[in-house]
Amino acid sequence: MLTDVNMTINGREVSGKVEARTLLVEFIRDHLKLTGTHVGCDTTQCGCCVVHVDGRAVKSCTILALQARGTSVTTIEGLAKPDGSLHPMQEAFREHHGLQCGFCTPGMVMMGIDIARRHPNADEHTVRHELEGNICRCTGYQGIVEAIVDASRTMATAGEKV
Amino acid sequence: MQDFTFHMPAAVADASGLLGSCEDPKLIAGGMTLLPTLKQRLAEPTDLIDLGAIADLKGIRREGEHIVVGAMTCHADVAASELVLSTIPGLAMLAGQIGDPAVRHRGTIGGSCANADPAADYPAGIVGLGATVVTNQREIAGDDFFVGLFETALEPGEIITAMRFPVPKWSHYMKLRHPASGYAVVGVMIVDTGAGVRVAVTGAGPSAFRVTAMEEALSADFSAKAIDAIKVDADGLNADMHASAAYRAHVIGVLAKRAIAARR
Repeated sequence: MLTDVNMTINGREVSGKVEARTLLVEFIRDHLKLTGTHVGCDTTQCGCCVVHVDGRAVKSCTILALQARGTSVTTIEGLAKPDGSLHPMQEAFREHHGLQCGFCTPGMVMMGIDIARRHPNADEHTVRHELEGNICRCTGYQGIVEAIVDASRTMATAGEKV
Repeated sequence: MQDFTFHMPAAVADASGLLGSCEDPKLIAGGMTLLPTLKQRLAEPTDLIDLGAIADLKGIRREGEHIVVGAMTCHADVAASELVLSTIPGLAMLAGQIGDPAVRHRGTIGGSCANADPAADYPAGIVGLGATVVTNQREIAGDDFFVGLFETALEPGEIITAMRFPVPKWSHYMKLRHPASGYAVVGVMIVDTGAGVRVAVTGAGPSAFRVTAMEEALSADFSAKAIDAIKVDADGLNADMHASAAYRAHVIGVLAKRAIAARR
């Protein structure tokens, strides 16, 4: 049985028909074809699927699309400005080379923004602690942590609101 | 996962009605345990009743000498609550150590307690703080709520609506966190109620329990030394690939002493 679902994704009203068991990440990737959000573990551990639901980082593999009805969702595709200029967090990941293969990167960037909002001017210890739900198998986290520390300063200074 | 019919009632009474009328329903709160369980087909309910749209179940408020936390309040909100931080900092500390930040944005106090995972953190808070579990039918003393492994005093059709915590004089939570899952291998909540000391343990047994020998010793003399000689019996404690029963029994004493040392 299909059920109507509607939400705002990256500022755009979207709707569709889904099975009740459809995960939010499946709706985002398979129905809306926004494939920037990745599925790594599908068990709430790796953080590759992190998106913002009503401004808060959640793992989109562990929430049903129907649970997100009526919410405002931001994915990695919703960060850059229409002119292509990057979000400060994306810019910092580029600057500090916070990635190698890039698979975990969308989740890292979305979680990084969530961390920076909750901890303006976050220090390294805070960032490492807060990243415990995001797993990267390439980089050893050094560049990722540097990027988030840096962007949390930029965002705090700019009074960043995304 | 198997498909199901999804319901999102706007009131507790509607959720209760659905529990009675659906063939094999399950309530879903934050879903941090239930959704992974459904993915593995360890549960295959015909209907999921989501409590997320019931506004009455969310929020934290003070009622006299008690702090009332709505069942659908997420861990992140408890951890960051000014009210909780200023009245029961041990509870905020506990909530802030559950899972990871994204999990804390979805997981709820009611869901965690209803699930009664032996390694969940909240049961130590409910039992240690002497909280009252408020349901749509009655009130249950925290001491009587956790009955066994994944088993609570809840009756079929009963829905937790809030947790009511008496404001203690002092409280602290210490946890040996499993490095991969984040669950408590052992978690110890120590509370000075003003009328005595309570010591509650999660992770170590089939469900949260109190260590009365420590409570008596600490009520007389609140110091790490007072419980130095108290050995927790390993008999009946959990043993798995992560830790033996004897290790868990030992760690209860270590964490209790660290919690005591944290009091200034």
